[in-house]
Order: sequence, then C-alpha cells, then structure tokens
Amino acid sequence: MTATVVPADHGGSSGLMARPGVRRFVWGLAGIAIMALIWLIAGYLLAINPTTKTFTTFGLIPTMEAFPELWGAGKIQSAAIASGYRLGAGLGLAIAIGVPVGVLMGRIKWFRDFSNSPFQFLRMISPLAWTPLAVLVFATWDGSIVFLIAIASVWPVMFATAAGLAKVDPNWFKVARNLGAHPVQMLTRIIMPAIAFDIFSGIRLALGVAWIVLVPAEYLGVTSGLGYAIEDARETLSYNHLTALVLTIGIIGYVLDSSLVMLIKRFSWHRGGA
Amino acid sequence: MSIRGTEIRIEGLSQRYPTRKVPTFNRVDLVSPPGEALAIIGRSGCGKSTLLHILAGLTKGTEGRVLLNGTEVTGPSPRWVMMFQAPHLYPWMSVTQNVGVGLTFARWGKKEIEERVTEAINLVELQEFAQANVQDLSGGQQQRVALARSLVMEPEMLLLDEPFSALDAFTRAALQKDVRAISKRLGFNIVIVTHDIDEAVIMADRAVIMAGSPGDIVHELDVDLPDPRERTDPEVQRLRARLMATFQEAANYKKPEVALAGAGR
Repeated sequence: MTATVVPADHGGSSGLMARPGVRRFVWGLAGIAIMALIWLIAGYLLAINPTTKTFTTFGLIPTMEAFPELWGAGKIQSAAIASGYRLGAGLGLAIAIGVPVGVLMGRIKWFRDFSNSPFQFLRMISPLAWTPLAVLVFATWDGSIVFLIAIASVWPVMFATAAGLAKVDPNWFKVARNLGAHPVQMLTRIIMPAIAFDIFSGIRLALGVAWIVLVPAEYLGVTSGLGYAIEDARETLSYNHLTALVLTIGIIGYVLDSSLVMLIKRFSWHRGGA
Repeated sequence: MSIRGTEIRIEGLSQRYPTRKVPTFNRVDLVSPPGEALAIIGRSGCGKSTLLHILAGLTKGTEGRVLLNGTEVTGPSPRWVMMFQAPHLYPWMSVTQNVGVGLTFARWGKKEIEERVTEAINLVELQEFAQANVQDLSGGQQQRVALARSLVMEPEMLLLDEPFSALDAFTRAALQKDVRAISKRLGFNIVIVTHDIDEAVIMADRAVIMAGSPGDIVHELDVDLPDPRERTDPEVQRLRARLMATFQEAANYKKPEVALAGAGR
C-alpha cells in the first residue's frame, strides 16, 4: 500500500544515481559503451566475411592496439601539435578580426547596413571553395590552411558578437557614460562582459567549423598534422592507425568543445531562458 | 561621506527636434539653490524628462545653457548623476561591484573603493546583500543598489527620472523618504521629474509645474513641510490638494503666442 505514495523514481536509481552529475556521467558512459559494442560487432562481421577480411584492422581491438604504437612513435603528439598550431592560428585570426568587426557592426548602424550584404554573401561561400585561391596566394601550405580555417570561422564569431551587442540594453551605456566611463572602459568593463557569453558561443560554433575544415585542408600537400597522418595511414594500408587517428580527432574536438562550453557557462550571467 | 550641493541655473533653455514643428520646450529659466530638492511635475510629453537629460549632460539643448555653480554643463560627469526609471544594474557584477563601478572608471585604488562602497551600501541598508547577485534582488533592492551606485560618486546633484514608478506602493514610499533623508543629511541637490503629486510633496522642497506645448514652467509652489513627512499628515494632504489644483489648472495652460500653432493638432 505504501508503494503508491512513493514518488516516481525513474529506473529505480540508488542514492548515488540520484545526483545529476553522477547520472549524466553514467548515461554518457553507457552511450560510449554501446558505440564501442557496435564497432566491435562490425569488426567481427568484417573478420568472418572472406571478401572483407583485409579490413579487419578497422575493428575496435586493432584500433586500440594502434594507440600505444602511434603514441610511442610520437605520431599522435606531432600530428596534434601541427594541427593544433594551424587551428590556433586560424581561429586566433578569426577572433582577432571577427570580434572587433562584430563590435562595430553591433554598435554602428551605418556600418551594419553597409557590411551586412557583402558579409552574408562571403559567409555562404564554402570555405573549401577558397582552396585553389589560397594555394595560389600563399607561399606555404601552412599559410593557406590557416587562411582557410580563418575564413571559415570568422563569420560565426563576427555575427555572434554583433548579435550579442545588438541586444544589449542601451541604458547600460547611458549609465556608464553618466558615471564617467571612457570609451576604452566602456569596451572593457561594459561591452565585453555583457557579450562575452555571445562571443564564446560564436567561438564554439567557429571551432566546430574550423575543425571540420582542418582535416580536408591537411589532405592538400602538407606533411604534418592529423589530416596528413590519416592520408599517410591509408596509403600505407595501416587501417588500425587510420581509425586510431580518426578517434584522436574526435577526442581532441570533444575536449576543445567541452572547454568552450565551460567558458560559456563561466561567462554567462543570464538567468533562466534570457 | 560629505557632499556639497550646487546652485543650478537654467538660462533660456530650449529644445526642438528637427522633425517637429513645435519645440519641446522654449526658453526655460529656472534657479535652484544649493541643497534644494526640486520636483518638476508635468504630464507625459511636456519635455520634463528631456530637461533632466540636458541637466545631466546626456543630451544637448538647442539653445540656452545650464550652469552648476557658474560652470556650464557640456557633458555627463560623475559630479551629477542620474537615476532612471529602471535600475539598469550590470548583471555580471555583484552588488558591491555595481556600486563601485563609477569609482573604477575614475581609477580609484582598491582599498578606497572598498571603503566608500561599504559606506554607500550601509546608507541604503543593503549590508546583508553586499555580495549578492543583483538578479536575485527585488525591484526595490535593485533601485537601492542604483541609488548607492549614484551616491558613491558623491554627486553635487542627483537627477531622478521617475525612479520609483516601477515599484510597489510600500517600497516606493520607503525609498522616497530615504532618498530625501540621505540628500538632506549629505547636502546634495535633488532634481526629481515625476507625474506623481504625492512623490513631489513627500520629496521636494519646491515643486515646479511644466505644461503646455512648447513646455514651460507655469507654476511653482514651496513645499514647506517638516521632516519626516507622512502621507496621512493633514498638512501634507492640504499641500497635496493645493498642488493638485494648480496642476489641473496648468493642464489647460497654453502659451499665448503658440496657441494658434497648437490649435491645428
């Protein structure tokens, strides 16, 4: 009889599972486990079929075996560093251009009207469509890859900054002006904290795009980086290395994205749905 | 904290918008002695809020000038601070940081800011909320933070643009009395723009009525009442009735030379 009064407890979770952090972690782990299981089964299916037997090394276990090999040879580290440099430089350039231009767009009406059409037009050009031009213009492969990443990721940063600033309460500026804020203080103490959340959200989107552009861009002609390492693994038929590198890309991307989510939360002053 | 008031002198101040035929107000003259609490009463659209913005240096008049102790107001300054209808606090800052923001603009040292901010927070009785997130405060508490933020600047003149109109009646009454008491204690001038007769009677030493199109000061009345003022006090009631009568009379006011221009509307 008493059971009917007990509040619904989903999945009959114990005391530990009642904590949201623990529950989220366990569910996340379960999702990854299912993904691994599907991979394991797919590897097994490849192995039992004589026509696909050559590709058995795509499976989960050979891939896991490849990690220490690649790490021991320093391949993952050097590829990640090379790619990380290009990503950082491209994204850094995108932020250095996107944030100030976005602030101008959000703050000055005529600039917004004047720049909107060309920027929207440029934004719709696939970043990889710039590749031939980039290769012609830049002397080094590194230069063209950084350019491709920058041109892909500048738009989300710019538009998020402008949109964030456009919805800032204009009275905040009036109050600050009244209390004696100089233009620089207005920028550093009012504008930036007010839109930090929007800027980091834009950077998060930009990171996603940059990460997508990075790997195909590294197929081009460079001899370092994660994209190159994948190409290299394919050409040397080391399929387990290939999958291990693909996994590495996923892991690094996930870690970078999670760090940005943390930054977004840190700089968000919004309450509820605002 | 000690603040000196200032003599406010408005000379021939006019404001016209290029898109409108009739100026918002035309050649307004007004003098307020140091330490006075002055209420400007008028209906919406009579230009009283614009007048206040010009006093704050946030807008420029088309003609005339505003002098504070003989110095012309040419822009905003922490020496004269405006409080708006909404508190407009910075939600990414704590109560303490919001109150001290003007001092950080002025590049004060950390310790001096802390001292002055603590003093101002005590003055508005928000001690227990000093470290709170401003988004967790009630409307009245938020307006108190805005008041403290203005007071730390030790302004000579506090400009209030219907600052309590968004609050509930009890909170409003408490803040009206507190602001007046603080201004009298510290000695700064108050200019309050309002359409609330009660507010003028409770807060001001003198009330001027703005009316007409273009707006002008058509009446003034000394609010010569002892402190603290209670709404229920018969003397307050009597003055309120007088001010109300004057206000209604003023509502029908038209400046003779523009009566024709206004008649077309």
